[in-house]
Amino acid sequence: MRKTDRILQVEDLRVYYKSIFGDVRSVDGVSFSVGSNEVFGIAGESGCGKSTLVEGILRVIMPPGYIKSGKIMFKEKDLLSLEEEEMRRLRWTELSYIPQGSMSSLNPVLKIEEQMVDAVTSHMSTPKEEASNMAISSLKEVGLPLEVAGMYPHELSGGMKQRVIIATAILLKPSLIVADEPVTALDVVVQKGILQSIANLRDIYGITVIFVAHDLAAHAQIVDRLTVMYAGKIAEIGSVYDIFGDPLHPYSKLLVAAIPSIEKEAVQGIPGLAPSPLDWPPGCRFHPRCPYAIPVCPHDEPPLKEMSPGRYAACHLLG
Amino acid sequence: MEEPLLELKNVTKEYTIGGGLGLTERKTIRAVDKVSFTILGKKPTIVALVGQSGSGKTTIARIILGLLEPTSGEVLYKGKDTRLWLKKDKKTYRHNVQVIFQDPYGIYNPFYRVDRVLFKAVKKFGLASSSEEAHKMVIESMRAMGLRPEDLLGRYPHQISGGERQRLMLVRILLMKPKLVVADEPVSMIDVSLRSIFLNNLQDLKERIEMSCLYITHDLNIAHYVADEIIVLCHGRIVEIGDAKSIVKDPLHPYSQNLVNAIPIPDPTKRWKDAAQIKEVTFEELRAEQGCMYSHKCPHVMPMCKKEVPPLTELGSGRKAACFLYPR
Repeated sequence: MRKTDRILQVEDLRVYYKSIFGDVRSVDGVSFSVGSNEVFGIAGESGCGKSTLVEGILRVIMPPGYIKSGKIMFKEKDLLSLEEEEMRRLRWTELSYIPQGSMSSLNPVLKIEEQMVDAVTSHMSTPKEEASNMAISSLKEVGLPLEVAGMYPHELSGGMKQRVIIATAILLKPSLIVADEPVTALDVVVQKGILQSIANLRDIYGITVIFVAHDLAAHAQIVDRLTVMYAGKIAEIGSVYDIFGDPLHPYSKLLVAAIPSIEKEAVQGIPGLAPSPLDWPPGCRFHPRCPYAIPVCPHDEPPLKEMSPGRYAACHLLG
Repeated sequence: MEEPLLELKNVTKEYTIGGGLGLTERKTIRAVDKVSFTILGKKPTIVALVGQSGSGKTTIARIILGLLEPTSGEVLYKGKDTRLWLKKDKKTYRHNVQVIFQDPYGIYNPFYRVDRVLFKAVKKFGLASSSEEAHKMVIESMRAMGLRPEDLLGRYPHQISGGERQRLMLVRILLMKPKLVVADEPVSMIDVSLRSIFLNNLQDLKERIEMSCLYITHDLNIAHYVADEIIVLCHGRIVEIGDAKSIVKDPLHPYSQNLVNAIPIPDPTKRWKDAAQIKEVTFEELRAEQGCMYSHKCPHVMPMCKKEVPPLTELGSGRKAACFLYPR
């Protein structure tokens, strides 16, 4: 990827939570970059730091969470050095965020249109009428009928509410949208529709998407490049075809082999437990569960190395 | 003829909603509508009950367990009504019909050690004659399910993972040796890497203690993996029954076809073909008022579909579908 193609670059980001037992190192030295116009997936088990990572990137991490160190470059801007007010102006206009479970956080006493107009007028000096038009065209873009604008959240189904959230996220035509588990809690048929609309954000509007989900099947359907996280660190980054077709890191290998599918006869789980962020194992954090561990693994932490252009993995077994 | 293990006959459950303070209209919703199916249990079988949210899956599970009364119809366990079992011989019924709930976090009392659920079961159902024997049984059963007793005995629920909590439920089942297990979305709240361990354990258990299982899920990837038979439920009615592999490979009912087409295959080279198009979402009623529940969305709808409910018709080799398109 050429340097100019990068829209977001994260370098050695550490996001910790303060606790009486010391720092909880949820995101512990994560580096990656996202190219413009791609759907970039972040996968991993619960507790691996996916949500904390994106909250850190968008600077919406709540205390006791805090950004320990690192650098986040978004289009030539260093996000961590921006004033809060500058950061606020970037949100929605340049960076949109669809938090986990956001479809249940729509205001129950405001009509959909009013909530969307609020989002516009608090970021731009757009007249109300124009903001209304923007809201309506945005709803249309995600496939919702116009009546939705005049309705209240309780009148909509879960899938429709999730579409309203996506419509709000694209209102001000941001360059990057971060969606955290947007399809969990929706059933299969609705899930398919939402995943299609997310893929469309890139295909039709040229918006870059960071898609966070624990469900690897969803990643396989829509993302271009995939990051596999384990215990606060990146295990592997690569094109989704490479990660599913030829995973390098033992964790990605086992994870891909562990998903039941109508195309597979037998699947095997990964034995052992995901470690606690209060007490990550020394050396490679995956070594207690790794069937391929060698004597060096419990001692040295493997660095994330570029194995081939655009393909990174952190494992001692790989050259 | 030997009686089937479990038989549902025209089970219907209606819920009344609204009517509070006379402000809203009182409405009756039929969550389960004349559902009939049989689990023979001659050889151990896992039957998956598949449907979208709101299709009545959990209601059926609760009726079988006797946690809900059906509005009409009956559930027979070994030829006898469950209500009768629960009245006359509750202990035998509870011993032989076990359950695994969806939420591995809600079922453990946080103040007690996790092994209490195992020792309680051993004691209550008199499975062991002494406490040494009970201890030995629990340890052996845990090992058989691939769990390490030294890691789990004496732990509190917050110290072990969701996957282990659900697998302890399997250990309990191994101890109890029930004839039937009702599992309601047992893996939806546990991590991906641990799901397949649970599913493999469940299949192992089926052979080991010769139990049958009604496995409730909305995920066809899992149903196909774990089950021998699949029952597809659409808004409280059964639309298709058949062997698991053939339902996924060749779904007959248009509703099942729609479900199968929505399965995300975890392989980027097999993406949905229609992935790029946005379909307009409309405010159609969730279900058709009359006739076939799927008639308002069905691409093959015929005039009679809107008037009459298609009966569940036998189509050979154990396959049944409720659609006027069949038999062709």
